[in-house]
Amino acid sequence: MQLTGAPEPILLPCGDGAVLAELPNLQAVLGYYRGLSRSTPAGLLDLVPAARTVLATFDPDRVSVGTIRRWMLGTTPLQGSVLQAPEVVIDVRYDGPDLAVVAHHLGLTEAQVVNVHSSSLWTAAFTGFAPGFAYLVTDHERLRVPRRNVPRTKVPAGAVALGGEFSAIYPAASPGGWQLIGHTDAAMWGSGNGPLTPGDALITPGTLVRFRES
Amino acid sequence: MSSAFAQVAATGPLSLVQDLGRSGAAAMGLSPSGALDRRSLLLANRLLRNAAGAAGLEILLGGLRLDITAGAWVAVTGARGLVLLNGKPCPLNTALFAAAGSVLEFRVPDAGLRYYLGTAGGLAAPLLSGSASSDLLSGMGPGPLRVHDVLAKHPARTPACPGAAGATAAAAGPPTVKDPPHPGRALALRITDGPRRNLFTTSAWRTLTGQEWEISPDSNRIGARLLGTALAQREGAGAQLPSEGMVTGALQVPPSGLPTIFLADHPVTGGYPVIAVVRRSDLDAVGQAGPGQRIRFLAPPR
Repeated sequence: MQLTGAPEPILLPCGDGAVLAELPNLQAVLGYYRGLSRSTPAGLLDLVPAARTVLATFDPDRVSVGTIRRWMLGTTPLQGSVLQAPEVVIDVRYDGPDLAVVAHHLGLTEAQVVNVHSSSLWTAAFTGFAPGFAYLVTDHERLRVPRRNVPRTKVPAGAVALGGEFSAIYPAASPGGWQLIGHTDAAMWGSGNGPLTPGDALITPGTLVRFRES
Repeated sequence: MSSAFAQVAATGPLSLVQDLGRSGAAAMGLSPSGALDRRSLLLANRLLRNAAGAAGLEILLGGLRLDITAGAWVAVTGARGLVLLNGKPCPLNTALFAAAGSVLEFRVPDAGLRYYLGTAGGLAAPLLSGSASSDLLSGMGPGPLRVHDVLAKHPARTPACPGAAGATAAAAGPPTVKDPPHPGRALALRITDGPRRNLFTTSAWRTLTGQEWEISPDSNRIGARLLGTALAQREGAGAQLPSEGMVTGALQVPPSGLPTIFLADHPVTGGYPVIAVVRRSDLDAVGQAGPGQRIRFLAPPR
C-alpha cells in the first residue's frame, strides 16, 4: 500500500537480474530509496539511486523477479526526518578558481556564495562518475550554475564544486567540468588503513553534509 | 594467513585478479567488476574444490609467465591455447600440480581471449566490499599484475590434492567446459527489453535484431562496442534522460546509434538510453569474443 499522495513508482524491465523504478523527481527518489534500504529481500545485490530512478539488482538464482517487483511496489517512501541520517561536516577553504565566475553568474558576491553554500544542509542523493563522488542536493537552487563549457583535464582530489543543481567533492584527481569553488583535505574514500569496505566512503546516498568555512 | 607460491616473470598485456565481483557498493559508485567469463572462473574453482567465489587470475591474450616458488594445485580454464608447465604443454580444464621451481607459461590463445588460472585455496588479495576484483574503470582493487609481483594463496583446508589428480570438468559436475565463441560464426546473444526501449523507433528494434553486429577493437572490460547499422532514436528522445543506474549486459545507445554491451567494469550510472539487456548467462561468451566477432541478438517473440 502506498501512503496517500506518495508517488507510485513505475517499474521498468532491465534484464534478468534487475528492475528499474522511475519516480517523478529527486525528492521522491530519496524517500523511496530510504524506504527500500530499510528492508531488503534476500538475494538483492545493489540499490542504485539516481536523479529520477532507483535501480535494484538481484541474483536471479536466489530471488525471483516477481518477488523483487512486489517488494518494490509495496515499499512506502521514508522521508528524511524519519530516519537517523548520518551527518558529516566538511571543512572547506573557499579558494576555488571558479568562485568569481560563479558569483558573477549568480549575481552574488563571492562572500554570499560562500555563505549560502556553507549555511545550507546538503543531502547526498546518489553517486556516480567515480567511486565516492556524491551528488549533493539542498532545499533550494540558489546555487544552480552551468557546467564549464570546456571541462578541465585535471581537477584535484578534494575540490569542492558546483554543477547544475548539485554540489560535490571530487574524491580523487580526475577530469571534470564542474565549477570549482573551494577545496577540502577530507578524504572521501578509504581510511588508508587495512582493507577497504563501503563503510570507508565518507558520503553515501542519504548522508547529510554541512560545509564549514576554514 | 596466506602463503606465497609464485612470482610474476612476465605479465602479458593484462593479467588481473578477479573473483565473482562485488555487490553492495554500487550506490557508492563501485562497479560490480569480477571475471568477464564467470563460468570459466567457476569451473577452475570447482576443479580445485574452492569456494565458488575464490579469486583467480584473468589472463588476457596470454603472455603471463609465473615462476612457481612453492608447489601448488592449479587449474587453467577459459580460452583455449598452449599453456606450458616447464616447457611441456599442460592440459586445460584439469587440476594439476605445479611443483616448486617449475615455470608456468601462457601463450596467445587459439580460441577465446581470456584464460583463468585458479589455485587451490584461491588467490590471496585485499578485499574491497567483499571482493578481490580489479576494476579498470575506477582503478579500485589490486590492479594489473606487474613483473616481480608475488602471488599468494589462502592455505588450502586440505594439504593434499584438492580433487583427484586429473579430475575433469565432467567429473566435478557443472559448470562444464564450454568452447569459446567461433570467430567465423555469429554469436547469438539473448536479449530482453531494456528500460528505454520506448525511446527508440520500432524500426530501430528491427535494426537491432535483424543484423549481424561486429565487436569493435575498441572494447574492454568496461564494454564491448559494436559496429553495424546505427539505431535510430525517436525525435528528441533521450536528450533529456537524466543519468540512471546501469546493469551488466545493458545495451546502451549513445547518440552515434552504435550500442555498447556493458561488461563487468561498467559505470554504475549512465545518461544514454538502454534499449535492451543481454541475459547474464550469455555474457560469458562476450568476455571471450575478440574484435571482429559477429553477434546476433535474439529477442523473445512479442
